[in-house]
Amino acid sequence: MLSLDDVSISYDRVPAVIGASLQVRDGSVVAVLGPSGCGKSTLLRAVAGLERPTSGAIRWDGADLGGVPTHKRGFALMFQDGQLFSHLTVARNVGYALRLRRVRDLDERVESLLALVGLQGYGGRLPGTLSGGERQRVALARSLAAEPRLLLLDEPLSALDAGLRERLAGDLHDILRRAGTTTLVVTHDQEEAFALADFLVVMREGRIVQQGDIADVWARPADAETALFLGYARVLEGQPARRVLSAAGRTGEAVALRRSALTVTLPSSAPGAPLPALAGTVRSVRATPDAVRVVVDVPGIGEVDALASPAARAAVGDEVGLDVDASRLAPLSQG
Amino acid sequence: MKRTASLIALAALPLGVLAVFFVLPVTGMLGRGLWPDGAFDPGALVEVLMRPRVGRVVWFTVWTSTAATVIAVLLGLPAAYALHRLDFPLRNAVRAALLVPFVLPTVVVGVAFRQLLRDSGPLGFLGLDGTPLAILAGLVFFNVAVVIRTVGAAWEGLDRRPAEAAAALGATPRQVFTTVTLPALRPAIVSSASVVFLFCATAFGVILVLGGVRYASVETEIYLLTTVLYDLQGAAALSIVQLVAVVALLAVAARVRRVADPTLQRSAPRPVRPRRSDLPQLTATGVLLLLLAAPIAALVVQSVRVDGSWSLLNYRNLTTTGDDQVLLVPVTTALRNSLQTAADATWIALLLGLLVAVVLTRRSRSATERRVRGLLDGFFMLPLGVSAVTLGFGFLVTLGREPLDLRTWPLLVPIAQALVALPLVVRTLVPVLAGIDDRQRQAAASLGAGALRTALTVDVPIVARPVVAAAGFAFAVSLGEFGATSFLARADHPTVPVVIFRLLGRPGEGNYGMALAASVVLAATTALVILAVERLRVPALGAW
Repeated sequence: MLSLDDVSISYDRVPAVIGASLQVRDGSVVAVLGPSGCGKSTLLRAVAGLERPTSGAIRWDGADLGGVPTHKRGFALMFQDGQLFSHLTVARNVGYALRLRRVRDLDERVESLLALVGLQGYGGRLPGTLSGGERQRVALARSLAAEPRLLLLDEPLSALDAGLRERLAGDLHDILRRAGTTTLVVTHDQEEAFALADFLVVMREGRIVQQGDIADVWARPADAETALFLGYARVLEGQPARRVLSAAGRTGEAVALRRSALTVTLPSSAPGAPLPALAGTVRSVRATPDAVRVVVDVPGIGEVDALASPAARAAVGDEVGLDVDASRLAPLSQG
Repeated sequence: MKRTASLIALAALPLGVLAVFFVLPVTGMLGRGLWPDGAFDPGALVEVLMRPRVGRVVWFTVWTSTAATVIAVLLGLPAAYALHRLDFPLRNAVRAALLVPFVLPTVVVGVAFRQLLRDSGPLGFLGLDGTPLAILAGLVFFNVAVVIRTVGAAWEGLDRRPAEAAAALGATPRQVFTTVTLPALRPAIVSSASVVFLFCATAFGVILVLGGVRYASVETEIYLLTTVLYDLQGAAALSIVQLVAVVALLAVAARVRRVADPTLQRSAPRPVRPRRSDLPQLTATGVLLLLLAAPIAALVVQSVRVDGSWSLLNYRNLTTTGDDQVLLVPVTTALRNSLQTAADATWIALLLGLLVAVVLTRRSRSATERRVRGLLDGFFMLPLGVSAVTLGFGFLVTLGREPLDLRTWPLLVPIAQALVALPLVVRTLVPVLAGIDDRQRQAAASLGAGALRTALTVDVPIVARPVVAAAGFAFAVSLGEFGATSFLARADHPTVPVVIFRLLGRPGEGNYGMALAASVVLAATTALVILAVERLRVPALGAW
C-alpha cells in the first residue's frame, strides 16, 4: 500500500504541492484529478522518485521511500506520450525491464504482454511507425512487463484524439483489473478519471481538496469550484438554490447543477396536467448530437442550463417549463 | 523557376569567390602533380604513394588522429554532461574557458606545449618533448572543445523523460546511460568525432612545431615537400589523398547525421543542481580544465622569465626586430597587420557565410531544388577538408602569375583566411536559420509584410547574435591562421603567427623569449574575442 503523509514539494521555494496525504490500497486504481498546473504531475513524479519532497513522507507498506532511487522503487511510470525508446523495436521496448533482469522466457512474455494490450505481431515494428493509440498500448505493456508494485500513469490518454480515448479508456480499465495492478493515475480529464479509477482525489492549486470513492465525489462535490471542475454546469447559491432544491424536494443553501438536472417539458395541452416545477424564457439554443442545450432565464433564479429533446422545438424567446431531476444535482455544504 | 533563379542569384557571389579562390588554386596545385610536364601522368602519383616515407606519414596521420579523437571524446563527454546538464557556480566561466583552446593559434599551442614539456620545463621530467605523445596532447587540447560543444548541445536538449521512464522500469543509472542516453547522443558523438578527426588529420601548426621533421603528418609533409624539397608532384599526390579521404569522411558524417532519428523529442530541461552521484563528472571536468590550463600557464610564466628572474624584457622586445634582425618588421607591426587582416577576413567570411547559410536553409519546394542545395552544402564545406597548405600553395602557383597576378593584392591573405573560416561561420548560422519556423515568415507575409519586412521581423532578431558570434569566430580563426598565411604573407607584411614561427626557427634566447611573448599577446587577443562571443550565449560551433 502506498501512503503519502503530508507531502509538500517546492521548486525554488515556489510550492507545487502543499501537504498532500493520500493512500493507494493494493489492487485499487486511484485517480488524482485536477486542472493543469495543480501539482498533480509533480506529486506523481515524487512518488516515482524523480522529485524530492520538501517535507512529508512517501511510504510503501509503511517503509519510508525517502532515500530509495527511482530504479529501486519498483514503480513503473508511464508518461503522457508513452516515451517509447525510439531506437528500439516494440518487442525490445516491451522487453526492456525483462532484459534488465535477464528473464529467461523473454520472447513469450513479450508476446503475451503484446496480446494483453491487443498488439500481437507488432514486436518487430519501430515506435515511429505506430499510431498514437498503439504507442500508448506499447508503453502500457512495457510498464506492465516490469511487474511493478505500483503503476504510475501520467495522463495516459490525453495525447489521443477523442474517439480513440474513449475506446482505449475501456481497454485500459479492463487490462488494469485483469492484471490486478495497483495504479495511481493523474489526469485533468474527469471522463478519463471516471473511466479508469475507483477512488478519486481532487487537487487544486497544490492542495488536495477532496477524496473518496468515485461515485461519492461525483455525487457530492466538496465545494463550488470542485463541482464546476467535475463537469457540473452551474452552481447556485442562496434564494435561487433554495428554489431549485425545493423543486427537487430537498433543502440547502447552495447547489451544483448538471446540465441534465433540468429538462424542458413538452407543452401539455391536456387539462389537469401538473404544472412544471419551474418556468422561464429561453435565451439561447444550441444543438448537439445527443440533445439540444438551452439556457433558460427563470424569474427569481436567473439563467440556468437545461436540456431539451429535439422534439420540443424550443426557440429563443419561448416560454417553457422545466422539470428537475434530483439525482442530477448536488447540494453543496457551503457556497 | 523564379525560386531557382533567386537561389542561384544568392549563391552567385559565394560560388564565384570559391571558384576563383578555392577551386582554381586547388586544381592548379593538383594539376601540377598529375600533369607534371603537360601530360597526364597518373603513374607518377602511384610512384609517390609507394614511397615508404609516404606510407609512414599516412599511417602516422591516421593513428594520431584516431587516438586524439578517442581521447577527446572520452575527456569531452563528462565535461559535456557537467557543463550542459548541471547548474553550479562558475559554470559559464568554465564553459567559456574550455572553449578558448579551440581558437588559440596553432603555433601558440605548439609553443605552449613545448614550453611545458621541454627538458627544463615544468613537465620536462616526463621526457615527452619531441615524442608523438606531445603531438597527441596538442591535438586533444585543440579539439576537446568541439566534443564538449557538439555533444553538450545535444545533451542539453535531450528530453529527461525517456531516461526517467527507463529508471522507473528498474534500470540503474548506468543502464539508463548505456541503453537510453548514449543511443540518443550517438549522432552528436559520431558527428563531433568525425569533425575532430578531420581537424586532427589536417592539423598543421601544432604538428610542425611539436613534431619537427621527425614526425610528419600528411599536412606537414605537403608543406615540407613544397617549401623545402620543391617536390610538387609528391605534394600534389598527398593533397589528392587528403582531399579524397576528407570528402569520404564528410560524406560518412553527413550520412550518420541523417540517420539520426528525427522524431527524437527535444526540449530544454532546466539544468539541475549537482548531486553526489555527479561527483566523477565534475572531477573529470576540473581535471580537464587543469590539463588545458597547464600549457598556457607554462607559456605565460616563461614569457616573463629572462635569465632566471622576472622581467618584461620579452614584451619590450616586441617593438624590435629581434636578435640579429631576424625579422623585417617589429612584432607590434605584425600585430597591426594581423588585426587588419583578420578584420578584412571577418567581413568577407561573414558576407559569404550569410549568403551561403540563407541559400542552404530556404525551404526546397522541388526535388531538383533540394538536390542543388545538397550539392551546394557539400561544396561550401570543402574548404574544411582541403589542407590550408594546399590552398596557400595553390594560391601561389595559380594566382601569383599571369594572367592573374594577385600576389600584392591586399585582400589576398584575408580571402584565404576567410575561406578557412567559412565552414565555421556557415555551421554557426545554418542551425539558427534552419531553426526558424517557416510558418513565422508565412504569418508575417500573410499580415502584409514584404520579403524585406518579413526578414526584418522574423529573421534578423533571431540571427543577430549568432552573426556577431560567427564574426568573433571568424576573427579568432583568422588571427591564428598559419597554414595558408605562411605561404601568402609577404615577408615585409607578416602576421603574428608567421612571425612567431620565424622567431622559433632562429637561435637565440632573446628570439625564443620574443616568440613566447608574442604567443601570449596573440593568445590573449583571441581569448578575449572568444570570451566576448561566449557572452552572447550562442550555441557556438554549430551543428556539424
